[in-house]
Amino acid sequence: MFCERDERILFSDLHFDVAGGELVQVKGSNGSGKTSLLRILCGLNEDFSGAILWKGEPVVDVREDFLASMIYIGHRAGVNRILTPRENLLWSASLQAPADDSQIMEALDRLGLRAYEDIPCRNLSAGQTQRVALARLLISRASVWILDEPFTTLDVHGVKNLENLLAEHVSTGGAVILTTHHPLNVNCRARALDLDHQRINS
Amino acid sequence: MSDAREIQDIKGVSTWSAFCATLRRDLIIALKRRNDLLNPIMFFLIVVSLFPLGISPDPVELSSVSAGVVWVSALLASMLSLDNLYRADFEDGSLEQLLLSPQPLYFLVLAKNIAHWLISGLPVVILSPLLAYMLYLPSEAYWTMVLTLFIGTPVLSLFGSIGVALTVGLGSRGLILAVIVLPLSTPVLIIGAKAVTDVMFGLPVSSHFALLGAILALALTMAPLASAAALRISVN
Repeated sequence: MFCERDERILFSDLHFDVAGGELVQVKGSNGSGKTSLLRILCGLNEDFSGAILWKGEPVVDVREDFLASMIYIGHRAGVNRILTPRENLLWSASLQAPADDSQIMEALDRLGLRAYEDIPCRNLSAGQTQRVALARLLISRASVWILDEPFTTLDVHGVKNLENLLAEHVSTGGAVILTTHHPLNVNCRARALDLDHQRINS
Repeated sequence: MSDAREIQDIKGVSTWSAFCATLRRDLIIALKRRNDLLNPIMFFLIVVSLFPLGISPDPVELSSVSAGVVWVSALLASMLSLDNLYRADFEDGSLEQLLLSPQPLYFLVLAKNIAHWLISGLPVVILSPLLAYMLYLPSEAYWTMVLTLFIGTPVLSLFGSIGVALTVGLGSRGLILAVIVLPLSTPVLIIGAKAVTDVMFGLPVSSHFALLGAILALALTMAPLASAAALRISVN
């Protein structure tokens, strides 16, 4: 895979694969193309040359199936400030697979947002907004999680909570691709992909 | 075979529920933001009620321009509220989620456009007889005006959506939106206003309605696809 942005080559000859039951941490200095890589993977950015395969087939051919099994949480949380966490999640879930109220409450409960479910998101802190976005992971049945800096704005407890979530997902056969500058402390199979040196460390 | 059909059914159901959820979400957001909800309606009322003051209170003069005034104000009111369609979603990342949905983007964009019409277009249609009365529109033209607006305002929302989708990623949009949207919307304005004027002179208007209906059919089928493609470019 080759990507050039604003006439600068971000990466070339990049090749890697991710299997179920493993976590890949994309590393690299600021501006090394971590976010671009994730956006290319999920199909939001099409300025690249190369191929992305999903279960051995080009993603463009099986796009619907791929999108149904993938969840992406980017820098911008995708949480509307006017709606409440519950309304936000109800909509996010319906885009993939409709969820009922009890699933949403359970997810919010697990992320420590119980009692905040009916408060407009503009009244929540940045960390709480991030948690609302992360609650989508619990509701969705997607097997591939693509997370861009999911740890920013989370407190110590939230970080631990998310690490547990990641480990749990990976141990049940899911795959996680994430970027973070935070030293990951997860109890599962994890690899690092370093964009500065473009090599994979186990 | 039956498995495939079952999967198809499930997909159909979830597309429908994604459509409904998107429509409901946009309506809830609009209802919670009263200012944005009232802006187009207030604008419409103010512009139309200023004309008698600016031109003349003479019923003969006013009734000759009434159809055009109501239609132009409806067009401007629709354009005024267009920016709400995707801007907030672009800024908070909801648009990325929309694009990453496995559901057909056509229906999701259509749901957003319908929500926009219900918020900005339908109130204009409902209020138009009152304003027509203020402008001394002859009573035989009322129904024609309401009907042309009823068919025409959804087209304004659908075509406007393409313009907003194209410009949502730009920092300063200025007049670009108007430059993109107006050429698409003016045919509707011309036909709509002409139909109302023709009725006042006792001329047949069925051809105008046929044209408006054809434009609406075209907009319903093509515009959401164009908006969807434009959104992909904007988010890229």
